[in-house]
Amino acid sequence: MITSFVFKALDRRAIWVIAVLVGLAVLVPLLNLALPAGHPLHVPNYAISLMGKYLTYALLALALDLVWGYCGILSLGHGAFFALGGYAMGMYLMRQIGARGVYGDPVLPDFMVFLNWQELPWFWYGFDQFWFAAIMIVLVPGALAFVFGWFAFRSRVTGVYLSIITQAMTYALLLAFFRNEMGFGGNNGLTDFKDILGYAIQADTTRAALFSASALALAAAFLICSGIVRSKFGKVLVAVRDAESRSRFFGYRVENVKLFVFVVSAMMAGVAGALYVPQVGIINPGEFAPANSIEVVIWTAVGGRGTLVGPIVGAVLVNAGKSVFTAAFPEFWLFALGALFVAVTLFLPKGIVGALSGLATRRPRRPAPVIRDAAGEAAE
Amino acid sequence: MKRFIAALFILPMLFSGAGADDGLIERIDALATGKLKDRAAQIEAISETGDARAVPALQALRDGSLYFRKSDKKVFLAEKSGSDFVLKDPLTAAEVETLSKSAVRKVKVNNRLRRQLTAVIGSMTLESPDPGTRLAAARTIFKTGDVSALEALEAAIRTEQNADVLAAMELARASALLKSDAETFEKVKAVELVGTRGGRDAVPLLKELESSQDESIAQAAGKQIAQIEKAQVLWNSAQTVWYGISLGSVLLLAAIGLAVTFGVMGVINMAHGEMVMLGAYTTFVVQEVIRGSFPGLFDYSLLMALPLAFLVAGACGFAMERGIIRFLYGRPLETLLATWGVSLILQQAIRTIFGPTNREVGNPSWMSGAYELGGLTLTANRLWIVVFALIVFAALFLVLKRTGFGLQMRAVTQNRKMASSMGIRTPWVDALTFALGSGIAGIAGVALSQIANVSPNLGQSYIIDSFMVVVFGGVGNLWGTLVGAMTLGIANKFLEPYAGAVLAKILILVFIILFIQKRPRGLFALKGRAVEA
Repeated sequence: MITSFVFKALDRRAIWVIAVLVGLAVLVPLLNLALPAGHPLHVPNYAISLMGKYLTYALLALALDLVWGYCGILSLGHGAFFALGGYAMGMYLMRQIGARGVYGDPVLPDFMVFLNWQELPWFWYGFDQFWFAAIMIVLVPGALAFVFGWFAFRSRVTGVYLSIITQAMTYALLLAFFRNEMGFGGNNGLTDFKDILGYAIQADTTRAALFSASALALAAAFLICSGIVRSKFGKVLVAVRDAESRSRFFGYRVENVKLFVFVVSAMMAGVAGALYVPQVGIINPGEFAPANSIEVVIWTAVGGRGTLVGPIVGAVLVNAGKSVFTAAFPEFWLFALGALFVAVTLFLPKGIVGALSGLATRRPRRPAPVIRDAAGEAAE
Repeated sequence: MKRFIAALFILPMLFSGAGADDGLIERIDALATGKLKDRAAQIEAISETGDARAVPALQALRDGSLYFRKSDKKVFLAEKSGSDFVLKDPLTAAEVETLSKSAVRKVKVNNRLRRQLTAVIGSMTLESPDPGTRLAAARTIFKTGDVSALEALEAAIRTEQNADVLAAMELARASALLKSDAETFEKVKAVELVGTRGGRDAVPLLKELESSQDESIAQAAGKQIAQIEKAQVLWNSAQTVWYGISLGSVLLLAAIGLAVTFGVMGVINMAHGEMVMLGAYTTFVVQEVIRGSFPGLFDYSLLMALPLAFLVAGACGFAMERGIIRFLYGRPLETLLATWGVSLILQQAIRTIFGPTNREVGNPSWMSGAYELGGLTLTANRLWIVVFALIVFAALFLVLKRTGFGLQMRAVTQNRKMASSMGIRTPWVDALTFALGSGIAGIAGVALSQIANVSPNLGQSYIIDSFMVVVFGGVGNLWGTLVGAMTLGIANKFLEPYAGAVLAKILILVFIILFIQKRPRGLFALKGRAVEA
């Protein structure tokens, strides 16, 4: 069954994407580590971290595309799952610091010593083990998504109402994580990491490995998403998106379908956050800000929702644009981002990838509101 | 006995004085003569005159700012300026001259004298012709329980005409009586008086008595404390309700425009907060112009800003509807994204023009100060905002229910096609409705500029709250918005003492998230066909 799932998932586009990602995962670290600094093909160190960060963003956007593009659930709170995954990783990294902190306490992280805490809170137990942290990275976002989705989908909260309460959810978490009493470092968050799995986090080789891990995680997530979308379940997903009531009358348990895909998506977002944190070296409550989650939506929309490839393209393009813009004209980045929101919704409702594949297949235009399952069509 | 001696001492001076006025000034000047031990009698001599004009000099003596000129031993109120002293006439407080430190000397005073001075000042002020002075004096005695003032109080009560002052004096007498060695039954009566009229300020006094030797007094005091505390709990919750209403009216102001654009039109306008921000910045600009050109009109600045803010935000909303939103009807999620983009652009535009820091928006004089209502304190700006929010609500309600435009608006909401076939220009109505909602947000900005920081992030801090209010109250229902705003405001303020401000907000958010599960259409859901539209 698993082989057939994987086999089905691998249409031509998926093979290309996964091949490119795996290629990147091998090639980029090689170009960074093996070539001398002066060589024209040498990839500088800062670029590795930057690209690694883009890839985790791409993974987050891909997760959002699965729920928004294929199931019509516009989550404005995916940043919350991302940040939770990040915090789980951050807690592991904090515990790895050990006695090397500023205060030199063997167990307690610096901020707890600073707050005069005597012992580790119960929810920090186990985070000194990587396997435990790794489980938490998917479990915590998944559990939150499950509880949230259980209530929301069962009582048929849909459309913009759902969007607004997901936004409220991440806003509430933002406020909560700002509190020192929560035990997650309050305003400053978790930072000053030293090691990951015994390797120094600042080392070039570790950075290169993290980049590879991000690329491979993205490839794996793409495989999973592609498999879900191309399976029979994927067809139900699209049916729910396009005609929820009708699917319900056909006998599909709409809320279970939604819940499943929402939880899977949240777990992917958690993994993205976990890979993001060691590469940027900090996690703080700012990641929960509603604005961040909405920005993820625009990456997905720019690239083309409901295409799976689109969000990856969109996330990388928009963030590369952001890096260039904020360095060159910091004043204008928000103008550009705002204009992007307006322009994409008005003129490019299917995003870059949607528009391109529309050109490629040269089909007569269909009525606007229906979003085509572009990944499926390309395989025909 | 003391008085008698003082009188003896003063007698010769009395006769040496030329007239009443000169007598007073000479008695004050007498403070510069003699030793510290003579001073009590000198003070007593001044108090004998009962002339309230001497009070500033006595107060200065108590506070150690009474000096005399070495050359002629004349007494002055002195104010230090650098190493010199500015001397002022003790009666008129008119400036006389500035002398160096070596030319003056302080009139010495000790703690015993300070106590005496307090009592003397109290009794002198009790006879003052100004009721405000008398009231303040009575309140001071009530707080200190000054036994020496008892006699003066008795005398003052006999002649007092003003009812408020009389009540305060009786209270003061009761308080002084409790400290004296009066009979038990008198004291019990005094305790009751203090308890029933004294309010919160009486508690420390009564607490002291609760441990008194005399059983009946202790009992009476205990009973009064219990009663006061019970009343206090009541007033405290009333105060919390007031804070809640105040917060609720802020939420109402922020959400009411959204109730039109989101509630009536179904458009998710993420730039709504920025319309509020535009209104606040309009107020800032109006105030700047007034400060620069017509400073006399400052008190009317808010009134002038109101229509302007409505126009600025309304025009902006109109442009948004015509330029962007009308292409996205029926695609709410895209509308959400596009308006978010607009909000980013507006924020950055304001940041570029006015800078990223907070801008100072002043309060006109009629919005500062506070009113006391029983145990409640109502600050004027909060009070005005509550009133203003209700006025805006009522005005919007009337526009929707009583004008032709409101009728057309409701018609379009209920059945667009039918409205269109009846000859209503639906696109025009859409644009105007959106402009109306945005304009109201602008007006809200004028009010919020008085209590919030005017910065480019002003709108962001309100957007989620306003959506919560509208969704909680029920979309498409103005009453829902009102009830929703007030409920959330009051609930928030009641939770705050138990959970802290941030946790209270989180709890409210969680509550709303759960509430929407239970009633996805809000508190006051629309019924009928409009629901499915």
